[in-house]
Amino acid sequence: MSEKDLQVQAKQELQTKSESTRNVPIFVPAVDIFESANELTLLADMPGVPIENVDIDLDNDQLTIKGTAAAVQEEGTILLREYSVGDYYRQFTLSNVIDRERIQASMKDGVLKVVLPKAEAAKPRKIEVKVS
Amino acid sequence: MAIIRYPTLADFTNPFREMDRLKREMDRIFADVMGRGPGALGSGVFPALNVYEVSDKIVVQAELPGFKGEDIEISVERETLSLRGERKAEEMENVSYHRRERRTGRFQKSLTLPYEINVDGVEAHFKDGVLKLTLPKAEHAKPKKISIKAQ
Repeated sequence: MSEKDLQVQAKQELQTKSESTRNVPIFVPAVDIFESANELTLLADMPGVPIENVDIDLDNDQLTIKGTAAAVQEEGTILLREYSVGDYYRQFTLSNVIDRERIQASMKDGVLKVVLPKAEAAKPRKIEVKVS
Repeated sequence: MAIIRYPTLADFTNPFREMDRLKREMDRIFADVMGRGPGALGSGVFPALNVYEVSDKIVVQAELPGFKGEDIEISVERETLSLRGERKAEEMENVSYHRRERRTGRFQKSLTLPYEINVDGVEAHFKDGVLKLTLPKAEHAKPKKISIKAQ
């Protein structure tokens, strides 16, 4: 098996003291977060969540992403069950100052993409060293 | 953790009742392991599949976020379903990664179904990163109804 082969990873369930009212498991989505000079981009795997069920909230520096799985009607006889379907929830504390007016979110093939542009004040500024 | 009562002598006067209790206990332990527990990985081969049967059709579902429809190859031969695919890494330039948890790479998985499939009737849908295959039973694999002739 080569290094590039995908491995099964059990969906990680959210560990929290408070319970959700819906009786579905809540999972922690796998994310990629990368930063460029102008923005911070977050990608989260949330399969089975339609775009209208995604909720993104930025409260001070707390970014919360929530995804509610589309209702699935289970029917027939179950032959094999290797994963369970549920909601997604994850929270991050952002260190950069974000321009909240220009936050953009999109969803494609079960992957949520949130682009968080940096506020002008937080952008790196080149400081020129003057030669006297 | 369930508290299992140690059987008293009175319980052994009816051994069937004790066996019934043991069966129920085993069912519960089994359900825990197969259910949402951390050991619920099934075959351990990517992707995890949910398979169910609805009136002469087998429905196979897999979560494949970030895959493109054209990157997933599905083939059915008699009662074997094969899935292949690849999630390509999106190389970003001039960025620094804070987290990189989403895995990329290839997968290949085969599944033996309980009966032969009508290959022409197979349907595949890919929506919101979830692949859903509907595999109808082959005509010759369906049970034949035999009617009794009145004499």
